[in-house]
Amino acid sequence: MRSYLMIMGLFISGFNGLSFNVLAETAEEKGLAIAVEADKRDTGWGDQRAKLVMILKNRFGQESRRENRNKTLEVEGDGDKTLIVFDSPKDIKGTAFLSFTHALRPDEQWIFLPALKRVKRISSSNKSGPFLGSEFSYEDISSQEVEKYKYKYLRDEKINGRDTFVVEAIPQYKKSGYTRLINWIDKERYQPLKTEFYDRKNSLLKTLIYSEYKQYLNKYWRASRMDMQNHITGKSTRLEFLEYKFRTGLKDRDFNRNALKRAR
Amino acid sequence: MFTKLLFIFLLIHIQFSYAAEWSGQLGIESRIFTEAAAFSGQEGDSNSIFFQPEFYYESESGNDSFTFVPFARLDQTDNQRSHADIRELTWVKVQNDLEWRVGIRKVFWGVTEAQHLVDIINQTDTVENPDGEDKLGQPMVNLSYITDIGTFDVFILPYFRERTFAGKKGRLRSQPYVDTSTTFYESADREKHIDYAFRWAHSISEWDVGLSYFNGTSRTPRFVLGKNSSGETVFNPYYDLIEQFGLDIQATFNSWLWKLEAIHLSGLGGSGASNFIGLTAGLEYTFYSVIGEATDIGLVIEYLYDDRGITIASPFQNDIMFGLRFNLNDEQSSEALFGMIKDMDFDSALYFIEASRRLGESFKITIEARQYSNIPVNDILHAYLKDDYIQLELSYYF
Repeated sequence: MRSYLMIMGLFISGFNGLSFNVLAETAEEKGLAIAVEADKRDTGWGDQRAKLVMILKNRFGQESRRENRNKTLEVEGDGDKTLIVFDSPKDIKGTAFLSFTHALRPDEQWIFLPALKRVKRISSSNKSGPFLGSEFSYEDISSQEVEKYKYKYLRDEKINGRDTFVVEAIPQYKKSGYTRLINWIDKERYQPLKTEFYDRKNSLLKTLIYSEYKQYLNKYWRASRMDMQNHITGKSTRLEFLEYKFRTGLKDRDFNRNALKRAR
Repeated sequence: MFTKLLFIFLLIHIQFSYAAEWSGQLGIESRIFTEAAAFSGQEGDSNSIFFQPEFYYESESGNDSFTFVPFARLDQTDNQRSHADIRELTWVKVQNDLEWRVGIRKVFWGVTEAQHLVDIINQTDTVENPDGEDKLGQPMVNLSYITDIGTFDVFILPYFRERTFAGKKGRLRSQPYVDTSTTFYESADREKHIDYAFRWAHSISEWDVGLSYFNGTSRTPRFVLGKNSSGETVFNPYYDLIEQFGLDIQATFNSWLWKLEAIHLSGLGGSGASNFIGLTAGLEYTFYSVIGEATDIGLVIEYLYDDRGITIASPFQNDIMFGLRFNLNDEQSSEALFGMIKDMDFDSALYFIEASRRLGESFKITIEARQYSNIPVNDILHAYLKDDYIQLELSYYF
C-alpha cells in the first residue's frame, strides 16, 4: 500500500511544472519515490549466487584476503534470505552464516561452526559491528528494504559522467551506527554509484564507491566491485563479486539450519 | 590404525581427485603444568603434534557429498593421548525434504556453553581436552525430514565408541588411572549394541527449540575398581544402557540470549540413583563495539544442576559459571574467553582462559589455561588438583 502511494507520488511529480506546484512534491516525497523506484526495478530476480572476494587493507597498505560464496533468495514483502559460506582464511573455512532479514523487526541469524558441528543462533543486534574484520558492517551487507530508511532528495549531481539523484537516507531500524547515509543514485539504472556514511556524531565515517556494473537477465544491475574507505582509521575494504548467477533454482529449503550444516 | 587410515586416504584420493578438494590442519601443542604431579607414574609437561586433513567431494547437483576427516595425535608422554580417529567418513544425500547421512559423523545438539547435557550422540575424546568439546566420530545412519513444523531426525547408531582416558603417565587423570583394556557393558552385545535416537528441532521467530530422545549405551561410564592384566589396581569403565530425554531452548531477544538445557536420564545401575534430572540454564548478553572501534564484550552466566547432589558422578551438581568473552572483530579474528565455574556446595572453583588469534593468512595461535582450585575429595575433579596447566597451540591451515 505504502509503495503504491509512492508510485502515485512519482506519477504526480511528473506534472509539477504544469500545475503551478499545486501538487508540489516535497524533498522527502521525491527521495522516497526514488527509493521505491529503485526497489521496484530490482524486484523479481528470484535467487542469486555469487563468489565474493574481500580484500582488507590497513592504514599501512598491508592486505589480507577473504573469500566466500553467497546464496540469496528474494522474499517478496519481506527481507531476503542469505547464506554465506566462508572459504578463506583457511581457519574459518566451512563456517557458514544464515540470515533471514526483515525491514524493521530484528533479523534472524545463525552461524555454523564446523569444528564443533554446532549451529548457533546469534543476536542480530550487532548492526554496526564489522563483518569479518572488514570496513563493512553487518547493516551494510544486510538486505536493503525501502522501509529501513526515511528519505530526502537533496539535489542532482553528475559523477563520472553519469547523472545522479543525491538522496539522504536516515536509518529507521534500531542500533544503527549511522545518523544518515547519502546515496548517489544513477538516474538511468536506479543503482547507487556512491554512498557516504555519517557516524553517530554526524561526521563522515566512510565512503563506498560502486563500480563495474553489469546487467543480468537483461534487467538487473549489479556492481562487480565495491570500495569502502574508512576516513577515521584509514583502512579500506574492496569487494569483488565474481560469477553472478541468477534464477539457479534455490528454494526456501536451501535456507534452513540443516542447509547451514551441509553448506560448503 | 595408521596404515588403515593411510590406505583409505590414498584410495579416496585416487577415486575422487578430479572434482574434490583437500584442506586441513596441522598443529603443534605444548602443555605446561604449573605443579608437580600428584600421582606416581605421571610425567610433567608434554608436547604433541596433530594432523587433521579433510577431503570433500560434492556432486555437480550438490545433492550428494562425501567427507572424510581422519585425525591423529602423537603425544610425547602419554601413550593414551597418542591416538587416531576417523572424525568423519560420511556420505550425504539430499532428496527434496529428506536428507540421508550415512557413515561416521559428529552431531551437536544444544545451546548452552558451560556443559552440553543434551548432546549425546558422540563420545567425548577426553584426552584431547578436558573441556569435553572434542568428540570421537560416531558410526550412524541418520535420516532428516524437513517440514514446516520443524526438522525430524532419526539416528541408528550401530557401534559404540569408548571414551578416551589419559594413561598412567598422563596428567588430568583419576587415581588409580582408567584402564580401557578391560571395559564392562550392561549389554551382552557390548559395543555392538544398536543405539537409536530421535530429535525434533524448530525455529519460530525468536525461539529455537529442540526435543530429543536417546536409547542405548551411556556415553558416560561408571568406574569399577579392579585389576588389569599386569596386576595393577585400576578403574575399569562400565557402560550402562540408558534412556535420555532432552530439551533445549534458546530465546534470542536483541542482545540477550536466554538458554535452557534439561535432561532426564534413567537406567543407571550401581549403587547411586538409577535416574536423575540435570539442567543448565543461563543467559548471555553482548555489548557490541564497546572498546575502541569494534571490540564486543559478552557476559555469560549459567547455572548447572544435577539432582543427584553431591556425589562422585558429576562435578556440576550446584554450580555457577561466569564467562567474559572478548571479540576484537579485527583482521586476525582475535578473541578471548575468561571463565570460572564455582561450586555452590563447596569452595571449589575451576578457572579457565581460552584465547586465539590468526597469524598471517594460514596460521593460528591458541592459548588455553585451566586452574582447579580447592576441589574437595568427594568431587570427581579432585584428582586434577595438581594439574593446572597452560597450553599453547600453533596450527597451520591448508
